[in-house]
Amino acid sequence: MTHNVYIYMAIMIGVTYLIRMLPMTLLRKQIKNEFVTSFLYYVPYVTLSVMTFPDIVEATQSPIAGIIAFGIGILAAWKGANMFQVAIISCVVVFISEMVLI
Amino acid sequence: MREGMRDSIPIALGYLAVSFSLGIIAANAGLTAGQGFWTSFFCMASAGEYIGFTLIAAQSAYTEVALMTLIANARYLLMSAAWSQRISSKTSVLHRLVMALDLTDELFAIAIARKGHLNPWYSYGAAVLPVLFWAGGTALGCIAGDILPRNVVSALSVALYGMFIAIIIPPAKNDKVILWLVVSSFVMSLAAKYLPLANELSNGTRIILLTIIISSAAALLHPHKTETEEEA
Repeated sequence: MTHNVYIYMAIMIGVTYLIRMLPMTLLRKQIKNEFVTSFLYYVPYVTLSVMTFPDIVEATQSPIAGIIAFGIGILAAWKGANMFQVAIISCVVVFISEMVLI
Repeated sequence: MREGMRDSIPIALGYLAVSFSLGIIAANAGLTAGQGFWTSFFCMASAGEYIGFTLIAAQSAYTEVALMTLIANARYLLMSAAWSQRISSKTSVLHRLVMALDLTDELFAIAIARKGHLNPWYSYGAAVLPVLFWAGGTALGCIAGDILPRNVVSALSVALYGMFIAIIIPPAKNDKVILWLVVSSFVMSLAAKYLPLANELSNGTRIILLTIIISSAAALLHPHKTETEEEA
């Protein structure tokens, strides 16, 4: 069975919007349960980490270039580079590594 | 409103680079430039759109797309909750509904850095350029992914991961629990991808399971104190 791309788009847009909209319009008091607040607090870090690695290694032509970009990206972010700088540095690292490796 | 626009220029430029690599993924999933543009225009979500496009490429079930969009964007639940505390009670529901459209990590950061109640017009000013650059960059990525040489596409494809790294590393530097969380997520993600049995899981299922397992374990072992919620 093939799926309709517009239904996919509608689902992505609808779910994304509801997540942002509902707490802002409905929430009048803080959530009290410590497990729930802790869980929600940690979720973004885990999800983004799991999505980044090892996928970054598979995104590039040469896996080694991906590994180098991963390492240097972390180093740059650790040293205080902002989102834009880390993104650009990672791209440049892959470009140069692949010139040497391929 | 003009202040918002000025503050958002660096963000808009960053979005252009990152959304370009998102566009390449969208094109792989079979989306046209127009479809990529409007999805980005209304979603404004890096991780959420990334996982959505990946699942579309795999022709996954609609329910899996909905569930994964929810997980990948779960952090916005928190930001929206934090943001709700900073909006004047006089701000109308209509304003809230529109402001919610463009609650991204970076726009949240510049808005929350301002003193006092949030002015809806500041948020709108700050959102204009980033939204256009984000949607436009996605469309360009959809088109140019085919035209550009393979090594340029390869290099650009890591911009998105660079952005994820830039979001997770600074808090990990300041908070040991998050550092351990990030490291163990990397290790378990690698293991789940290549170990027998676990490697039969789809990408989406792997992310859902690991997110629930690791976040629950961390919440049980190291309950987070809620007063720092504003930093989310």
